[in-house]
Amino acid sequence: MIEIKNLTKSFGSNLVWSDVSLTIEDGETLAVIGKSGSGKSVLMKHLNVLLYPDSGEVLIDDMNVFEIRYARLRKLRQRFGVLFQGAALFDSISAHENVAFPLRFFSELNEKQIHERVMECLELVNLSDIGNKSPAELSGGMRKRIGVARAIVMEPEYLLYDEPTSGLDPQTSDEINDLIINMADTLDITSIVITHDMHSVLRVADKVAFLDKQILSWYGTLDELRNSDHKELNAFIRASEYTI
Amino acid sequence: MQLFIDVGRYCRLIYEAIRSSTEVGMYRKNIISEMIKTGFDSLPIIILAGFFTGAVMTIQTSYQLVAGFIPPSTIGAIVSQSLLIELAAVISALVLAGRVGARIATELGTMAVSEQIDALESMGFNSVTFLVMPRVLAGVLMFPVIWVAAVVSGMVGGLLAGILTGTLPVADFMLGARQVFSPADVSFGVIKSFVFGYIITSISCYKGYFATGGAEGVGQATTQAAVLSCIYILVADFVLAFLLL
Repeated sequence: MIEIKNLTKSFGSNLVWSDVSLTIEDGETLAVIGKSGSGKSVLMKHLNVLLYPDSGEVLIDDMNVFEIRYARLRKLRQRFGVLFQGAALFDSISAHENVAFPLRFFSELNEKQIHERVMECLELVNLSDIGNKSPAELSGGMRKRIGVARAIVMEPEYLLYDEPTSGLDPQTSDEINDLIINMADTLDITSIVITHDMHSVLRVADKVAFLDKQILSWYGTLDELRNSDHKELNAFIRASEYTI
Repeated sequence: MQLFIDVGRYCRLIYEAIRSSTEVGMYRKNIISEMIKTGFDSLPIIILAGFFTGAVMTIQTSYQLVAGFIPPSTIGAIVSQSLLIELAAVISALVLAGRVGARIATELGTMAVSEQIDALESMGFNSVTFLVMPRVLAGVLMFPVIWVAAVVSGMVGGLLAGILTGTLPVADFMLGARQVFSPADVSFGVIKSFVFGYIITSISCYKGYFATGGAEGVGQATTQAAVLSCIYILVADFVLAFLLL
């Protein structure tokens, strides 16, 4: 379980958000939505301590992640898999090697076992025939799939998706949504999806957090979202040209 | 204010790189790869630059020392000593500030703006250990090798220029070089190359690692890395000459 308590973050004099508190239960999928610049990705980067807050806590197994030493933090980060917005694949190595990358440094597996594990992950994302293609040779959707394969290769407990469907056509977006659902079901993983794609939210999320006007403006289940009379949230959904 | 922030961040980056050098074994492949890119891949341009520097130096010194009472071996002495204590190190450092410095800043800058550095950290890597330490270590270790290549190619260039222009026989060149040779000059050149290697790689790593703002930001980081490296090479050259000569 991840507990976010009274988190406040600013960059210089620009407040991103203040006093954000929410709980992410094991096995659930939380979608964090909000306008561009509302600090969704910033919130995500606090969970695995890529950023530090001005104040507040993130508790994982009752341990405040901002207070642990760097050596332990590196171990903690390995409990997270992250799909970055542009997939953040390493350009200089092949897609296959991208997936194998963390295994080469942080596992005791031999070459054969690494290959088998990589192929297992590539099959999960339906890209087992990727061969030795470099990231530059892949489409946006394929890059995101490879990003997911790399994120799950170390068998993390938590998967963070930063705008997983941005820049993709509707059909590929749907494939990525299916992939998120599949990962959560198959691997029994806790997922946090940062997005402004309401179609994606309604497909994958168990709970939704809405960041607006520098606060956590709304937080609830999908059913509560459907029945919500929150003015800004409904305006955001309407602006997404989506009816629920 | 920005200067203090830059100095603070630079010191912290280098401290982290030094502190994490205990993990050097884990990243030996990176270090070897960087040594090849920084050192061996730079040899052609360094040999070319060294050769022509030595050749031009010989021709210009011959032109300036036209008085008959100055023995021709003096030209060999001036050229060889200048190469050892000044030109080989400075010319190769300035060339490599462009070649190596720009490459490092562009690589790391692109990784920074495309979240690849965040990806490394999120996998549990220490990105400074993984990216900065191998590059700085490779620079410090390989620049003396580059310096040797520059000195040797400079000497060959000087010799050939003397022969081709008919101003300086080989024997006179070698006599002059032997007369002024001092092991202290070699030490001085090696120390310079260590320092220049550190300056170029550490500044370029710093500029690239903290690049922001997409392609434009990477471009700025690359330019600043090359320009700042050149400036600090010249400053360090003066300081070392002042302290060691």
